[in-house]
Amino acid sequence: MVPIIFIMPFIQLLILSNAATFDVKHVPFHLQDLDRSSLSNNLARYFSSSGYFRRTGESFSSIQAVDELISRKADLVVVIPRNFEHDLITLGSTPVQLIINAEDGFSAGVIQGYTNDIITGFNNEHKMLFARAGAAFPEIQVTSSGWYNPELEYTHYMVPGILVILVTLIGLFLSGMNVVSEKETGTIEQINVTPVKSYQFITGKLLPFWIIGLGELTLGLFIARIVFHVPMLGSYLLVYLVASIYLLVVLGMGLLISTITDTQQQAMFVAWFFMVIFTLLSGLFTSIESMPDWAQLVTMLNPVRHFVDIMRRVMLKGSEFADITGSLVILCVYAAVMLTLAVNRYKKVSYV
Amino acid sequence: MTSKTAVRVTGLTKHFGSVEALREINLAIHEGELFGFIGADGAGKTTLFRILCALLLPDKGNAEVLGFDTVTAFREIRKRIGYMPGRFSLYQDLSVEENLRFFATVFGTTIKANYELIKDIYSQLEPFRNRMAGKLSGGMKQKLALSCALVHRPELLLLDEPTTGVDAVSRREFWQMLGKLQKKGITILVSTPYMDEAALCDRIAFLQNGATLGIDTPKGIVSLFTRPLYAVRSLQKHILINTLRQYEHAASVYAFGSCVHYTDKRPSLDQGELQAYLTSCGLNGVQIEHIEPSIEDTFIALLEEKGGLKNA
Repeated sequence: MVPIIFIMPFIQLLILSNAATFDVKHVPFHLQDLDRSSLSNNLARYFSSSGYFRRTGESFSSIQAVDELISRKADLVVVIPRNFEHDLITLGSTPVQLIINAEDGFSAGVIQGYTNDIITGFNNEHKMLFARAGAAFPEIQVTSSGWYNPELEYTHYMVPGILVILVTLIGLFLSGMNVVSEKETGTIEQINVTPVKSYQFITGKLLPFWIIGLGELTLGLFIARIVFHVPMLGSYLLVYLVASIYLLVVLGMGLLISTITDTQQQAMFVAWFFMVIFTLLSGLFTSIESMPDWAQLVTMLNPVRHFVDIMRRVMLKGSEFADITGSLVILCVYAAVMLTLAVNRYKKVSYV
Repeated sequence: MTSKTAVRVTGLTKHFGSVEALREINLAIHEGELFGFIGADGAGKTTLFRILCALLLPDKGNAEVLGFDTVTAFREIRKRIGYMPGRFSLYQDLSVEENLRFFATVFGTTIKANYELIKDIYSQLEPFRNRMAGKLSGGMKQKLALSCALVHRPELLLLDEPTTGVDAVSRREFWQMLGKLQKKGITILVSTPYMDEAALCDRIAFLQNGATLGIDTPKGIVSLFTRPLYAVRSLQKHILINTLRQYEHAASVYAFGSCVHYTDKRPSLDQGELQAYLTSCGLNGVQIEHIEPSIEDTFIALLEEKGGLKNA
């Protein structure tokens, strides 16, 4: 049990944080340079040397280019048209076609962003050429930088969220399997005939998992710091305050599942059901802002969403108590409801 | 003291879906009594015990334990009773001593305070007090369970099939322990499928299909058996049973240990006539002996009587 509780989550943390990254690196691209001029060659070099793209092939036929896309040898095809150099110098502008594999819409968006950067860079360097041709060149330059995560380090963004998922997973499953396992082994019969009161029983079940959960979080924060160098701009105290309330929600939910099911298998299925929904609607992998309105409303009922949000805000933005009171109030209400339900649903009568 | 009632059950009925687990049970158990419930699996013993422990709610009727209603005053009851379920229900991953200490604490007492009560039983376990409860033998588990049920000095002890799956020596020891506990003034309710244990109780109740077939002292129960009973022996036991069943005057015929128990429809039986019948049917070495009925004989007779009534 101990390795399951402590080792498994951290292996997951290490693997997931590295695997569940939205960084797009070394995108294979296919070049179709129909101009074969020094400028077109230069543009192609811009792509190759950017670090984001890797040239996997070159051809002059669009059929072959599409084949490359379909066979997934390339995710991007750059088509430089005939007369590219000529048009650029004489007319000041010329189109370049980019065909992006958008099977994965998110990656496609990122690739598009990169290509825009590259082409902007290319334009800037060749302004002189356009100037000579008398073409107008942009007076306003668009530059962007990500606040709170300027290097766009995805691990900084993901680690706090994944940590929340792991704490939730351990808390929900440990508590969810607990009371029901006593039903299976029969020990609940012996407990039920004692004068122990429902709230005492539930407290006794809750407390050890609460401590384990906080221990788990501590180890996770340590790894976030040491291995992933995730900054901590806010206060650890605030993280622990929220975590201690959040764990009551998760454990209360687990104990509720445990009291209403009859076998560990049933409890497992119910716990997974909620875990999957909570994870998908947590904003961990897909941003809540891009969900449909109804789904955004549903996420308000998702405790995981609130804790993921708070963790990111406190760790990356340095949010303070006043900034997170809204989510915190929701978690408090949630904890109260879950624990009341768990205590009331645990009846000291037989489950025949 | 002994005249007071420890458990009173009136018209108790319990259904599980369409199954009638208990049907109109009426009982009064005196303080200080060692009361046995005898019945096959599924007779309703466990259901009755669970209602008395306030673990189940009755559908109809009511039960009073130590003067408290099992539905309205279950908290009072739980402080005063010790229950040992049929299935071993202690924490297998706690040691012997941890289990005992845990249950003492839950009842707000200590092992030390009631050590004198459990000493006889627990002293046999003390050499293994650091062993996990799950790793104990059957007999030891049962002793530990009894210790845990006793650690808060209950007034009433409910033991649901405590000797099922326990070896003969441990069973005898266990009943000796129950005798000692009874002397200390604890009322004991015990259920068992073993007829030989019934004779060790002050009074017994036969349970079958959720109804009581008879409640009396072991002697009184036996006196319900009115017909003369014969033990018939032959080397060909199987043929003997079939031959006896075909005999026109046979009332009941059933195998009992090494012999066959037989009752006759007529008020008196001419043993010579039966002997002659059996010999004429080709059985040799037949011995017929008039015997006193045992509790089991009475139970079987009561069952048949009940079955006969049902068919009528």
